[in-house]
Amino acid sequence: MSNEAAIHPGVISHGFQEHQEAHHHHESFITKYIFSQDHKMIAKQYLITGMVWAFIGGLMSVLFRIQLGYPEATLPWLEDIFGHWAKGGKISPEFYYALVTMHGTILIFFVLTAGLSGTFANFLIPFQVGARDMASPFMNMLSYWFFVLSSIIMLSSLFIQTGPAAGGWTVYPPLSALGDASIGSKTGMDLWLISMALFVVSQLLAGLNYVSTILNMRTKGMTMTRLPLTVWGLFFTAILGLLSFPVLLSGFILLLFDRHLGTSFYLSDIVIAGKILPNEGGSSILYQHLFWFLGHPEVYIIILPTMGIVSEIMSINSRKPIFGYTAMVASLFAIAVLSFLVWAHHMFVTGMNPFLGSVFVLLTLLIAVPSSIKVFNWLTTLWRGNIRFTVGMLFSIGFVSNFISGGLTGIWVGNSTIDIHVHDTYFNIAHFHIVMGVSAFMGMFAGVYHWFPKMYGRYMNNTMGYIHFWVTLVCAYVIFWPMHYEGLAGMPRRYYDYSTWESFKQFVELNRVISFAAFVSFMAQILFLFNFFYSIFKGRKVTTKNPWGATTLEWTTPIRPGHGNWPGEIPEVHRWPYDYGKDGVDFISQTEPVSKNESGGH
Amino acid sequence: MATHIPAGYKWWTGGKSPYNLSYGKLMMWIFLMSDTFTFAALLISYGTIRVSSNYWPDPNYVFNTFPFMGDANLPLAFVSLMTFILIMSSVTMVLAVHEGHKMNRRGVEKWLLWTILGGLMFLGCQAWEWTHLITHVHPVLIDGQIKEIGATISQNHFGAAVPGLMHEGHQVHLPGPVGFGNFFFGITGFHGFHVTTGVLLNVLMYFWVRNGRFDRLGHYEMVEKAGLYWHFVDLVWVFVFLCFYLI
Ligand code: HEM
Ligand SMILES: [Cu+2]
Repeated sequence: MSNEAAIHPGVISHGFQEHQEAHHHHESFITKYIFSQDHKMIAKQYLITGMVWAFIGGLMSVLFRIQLGYPEATLPWLEDIFGHWAKGGKISPEFYYALVTMHGTILIFFVLTAGLSGTFANFLIPFQVGARDMASPFMNMLSYWFFVLSSIIMLSSLFIQTGPAAGGWTVYPPLSALGDASIGSKTGMDLWLISMALFVVSQLLAGLNYVSTILNMRTKGMTMTRLPLTVWGLFFTAILGLLSFPVLLSGFILLLFDRHLGTSFYLSDIVIAGKILPNEGGSSILYQHLFWFLGHPEVYIIILPTMGIVSEIMSINSRKPIFGYTAMVASLFAIAVLSFLVWAHHMFVTGMNPFLGSVFVLLTLLIAVPSSIKVFNWLTTLWRGNIRFTVGMLFSIGFVSNFISGGLTGIWVGNSTIDIHVHDTYFNIAHFHIVMGVSAFMGMFAGVYHWFPKMYGRYMNNTMGYIHFWVTLVCAYVIFWPMHYEGLAGMPRRYYDYSTWESFKQFVELNRVISFAAFVSFMAQILFLFNFFYSIFKGRKVTTKNPWGATTLEWTTPIRPGHGNWPGEIPEVHRWPYDYGKDGVDFISQTEPVSKNESGGH
Repeated sequence: MATHIPAGYKWWTGGKSPYNLSYGKLMMWIFLMSDTFTFAALLISYGTIRVSSNYWPDPNYVFNTFPFMGDANLPLAFVSLMTFILIMSSVTMVLAVHEGHKMNRRGVEKWLLWTILGGLMFLGCQAWEWTHLITHVHPVLIDGQIKEIGATISQNHFGAAVPGLMHEGHQVHLPGPVGFGNFFFGITGFHGFHVTTGVLLNVLMYFWVRNGRFDRLGHYEMVEKAGLYWHFVDLVWVFVFLCFYLI
């Protein structure tokens, strides 16, 4: 049988066709809104689930910032809500650890991985490569429901008697391996591991779909070098996930064995509550290697999609081609490769051989090169642009600002000589919150404001959007900038109460300011949530197909596209996606054939 | 052949498909790459723990039994048989895929059955080996006392011999490194889980072949995809075999 024959009926049998035959004429509420296989609906499901998680995770940070800002205060209403977790109106130490752990887990994995990639990969890949749906809509749906299952289990761990996992988002053994070590290492830890294992499955199903859709489902003329940078970003993200999450899964399996089968993968020579444990020969450092082999790529899994989103939005709203398209793709590629070779920079203090440490320093600092190429390209894209300050554009600029601020401290902590001093201090917290947390949220907000008209056929409210942006930007810097000073003064992370330490008493007021900014910033996010849901129903209606004057394919579909995206044939692509301001023309859509008297280039 | 494609629909219009593969096969390849990392992580972990231990049992001593051969010393004989069976099942899988290309349903059925049989035999062998290791007790000196233990995931009797100490005619040993049982049962178990999935997948393929699903579709690509998975599981075994039995 020829390959050609295998390709066509194969696609038919799993793809849109079978689905259409089965459901097209009688789409019920369930198949349309719940068990939907339409990539657009799945994207919205991911987005809204992510928002629910972001709300929960953000609320947790508000709670522990109460403890950090006001360690003396007693707030009876806390006890009313949380019972023995906040006895006497004070957050208990166990509760505090549970809060920081779940805050990290939720925001890193559930919001900025599943929520972010899930939303934009599902929404943008089929649209922008010119496909009617994902390669396998069924697997795509499955991926979302695995995520829901994993979410339900994680959520349920919040309500059990001993509480959720509480050993930090990295769940290092031996603390996480021994139920007797703390109450956060009991059932909550098991639920955490099971939830995360399901999460990995969900990510694998999703990633397989993303990669094969991008490689195999592009429309005619859509060569790889004509893909928008959003798609490139999502492509490398999916590859990183496919190659690093399985390693994390292996690490978790061994951890589960250590917890329940009496193995000693990570355990050796431990005395707990006066009892000598029989475990010997294992190594807790082994877990750290397995964890960070995912952990470092994971931070790029979070940032690469937003890099693509920001590149796209910046080019559109500067009415200029993106500066250095090839360099952008090449640096995404370089980042993807290097991110597998630097994981041990999280482990400089584990007693590793200093020579090995210096190898990892070198590789780590190398990553700064492609990262800064991207930054310069964004800045040169803005340079002399005809900038439209839409909300999406502001958030994109905010992204670049934060990425620079946090990237610079990356160079500090990337040097082992400095990192040995600031490891596990607030300096590290400042670094990664600015470069990853705030940046990724900025990029995600940019994407939501920008593609909202395509998602719901309406605009989000601009005034609320501007308030959201400025409050978020200012608060982010007020929260995280001072943490650099605290960290340099040696203030460790994950402590419950700093006011009892002579050396950190000087920071009592500063911590209060930080907490205050955190509360204000949380209010701004509530405003965003309100804006989002309000605009779905009441927002200003979109009246033209292409409101931003963009070149990519999603804007050639109807304002509210049905399942299958294009009512007629899928358009053919004739040019790259960044023809803005070419030959004095504002923009030229990718579907426009190249005319004879056009100037050269793409 | 492609008569059921409605007029006007162009499913793949991007010119030549990359790698000339359908998306389904591409997905399988990517999945296998991803699964390679799972096994690599486990095997590398095993390697690091093993080289950092100061004692490790000799596989020629641990794996020297054969069903129905009593105490005959036959190092690695049984595992060689297991490996041979698994490799043969890969050969029959190749034949099944080959018959699929020729659209010969009977042929596919036949060779799939052989492949399933091979997989089941391999699993049977593994079950015997595990049972033997777990239930066959040996005298071990633990805390100054002689205890009779088998080899499980958390303890084993493969430590060094205690010179001159005998128990009911058997040489007494020290407990072996815990990591040995941890990794041996952990990794061969994980591989066995993959084989089980593969067998189930093949059984599913067999029923789909029988009820003519692929004849209706006009190709046997699904069997090919199951085949890719099966060969992968086979290949992983070669590494497991190398790491646990040969070195
Ligand atoms: C210029 C490039 C960067 C360099 C050289 C760098 C280097 C480092 C180093 C050495 C650490 C370990 C610090 C310690 O534990 O003491 C670290 C922590 C971290 N970095 Fe970066 N980084 C860079 C960019 C990024 C980016 C782009 C992200 C995310 C998008 C990121 C996210 C993180 C996170 C999440 C942690 C902390 C994890 C934890 O300990 O909980 N970094 N970085
Ligand atoms: Cu890192």
